[in-house]
Amino acid sequence: MQAHDDYGHEGLPHHLPMREAGGGRPRPAPQPEEQASPEPEPPPGPEAGPLVRPYVIAQGRDHADTVKLDMISVVIAAKRAEVDEMELEPEQLRILELCRRPQSVAEVSAHLDIPVAVVKVLLSDLLNRGLALARAPYTAKSPVSRDVLQAVLDGIQRL
Amino acid sequence: MASRDSDTQAPVPSALKILVAGGFGAGKTTLVGSVSEIAPLSTEEVMTEASYGVDDLSGVEAKSTTTVALDFGRITISESLVLYLFGTPGQERFWFMWEELSEGALGAIVLADTRRLETCFASVDFFERRGVPFVVAVNCFEGAHLYQPDEVREALSLDPTIPVVLTDARTRESSKEVLLTLVNRVAEQMAA
Repeated sequence: MQAHDDYGHEGLPHHLPMREAGGGRPRPAPQPEEQASPEPEPPPGPEAGPLVRPYVIAQGRDHADTVKLDMISVVIAAKRAEVDEMELEPEQLRILELCRRPQSVAEVSAHLDIPVAVVKVLLSDLLNRGLALARAPYTAKSPVSRDVLQAVLDGIQRL
Repeated sequence: MASRDSDTQAPVPSALKILVAGGFGAGKTTLVGSVSEIAPLSTEEVMTEASYGVDDLSGVEAKSTTTVALDFGRITISESLVLYLFGTPGQERFWFMWEELSEGALGAIVLADTRRLETCFASVDFFERRGVPFVVAVNCFEGAHLYQPDEVREALSLDPTIPVVLTDARTRESSKEVLLTLVNRVAEQMAA
């Protein structure tokens, strides 16, 4: 770490490259949806369904019966559910084991080394069977309240 | 969303996310790791760039798939709230990934590396256009010339209200300050 007393320098021989305000120069991307051409390609949102061919472990289910899950939807195994192990994939049993404590879809993917899209399919099956519960994250449609922001500030302070 | 009434069932927490963007090597994962309660995890998404959701064998040759690694960390705020920090791939060609990631994000930290400042331009452009609240954190690398925040602000043509802070992404205290600056910025914008 360079000492901070180097800080009050002057007579700059160093020049930082300049960004044009508003990202003026033309770029192929990123393009916000609102500014897209009249008939835009469908954006790759969560509703686009699995972007990889569902694995055999997902039993060929497609997104038709997939509960909408986000990367940070938090999942927890249902406490009093009776699990019929024969009806589930081994990966689903591992998910239930892992989700005794709340885990996000991203965490499940990382811990079990299963791609996010496949985790979503396996999880939505568990949700449909009532073996797991999920909560959608805060979104633009359900923005955070002041209280939540304060809780976040307090939580970061405590680190 | 599935839910069942049960007296014994623990409530499922809600999650929030903050994005950490910046060029390759700007220190995104370092920053995430310095404040995360878990060692940063990595999840890989295989994305089809050319055509989404098309499951047709014809034209397979035309598609290109990209594996995008996302590093993320976790801060448990309370029993009912978890905060995730996602390091987002900095390259412009991953913009489709940013779309999904920025959806519902509380805000973003743009990590600037003054040795290669242009590597954060795309991130600044993106958050500016999408109206995602963000702060710029200048990661101070050893041996690199140290710029003042105002010099970086000027080079990035930033709105004067956008905070620019110097940081050492390796230290928790420094990264905490960046996070607090961002959340305060979000609070200000909410009040405005």
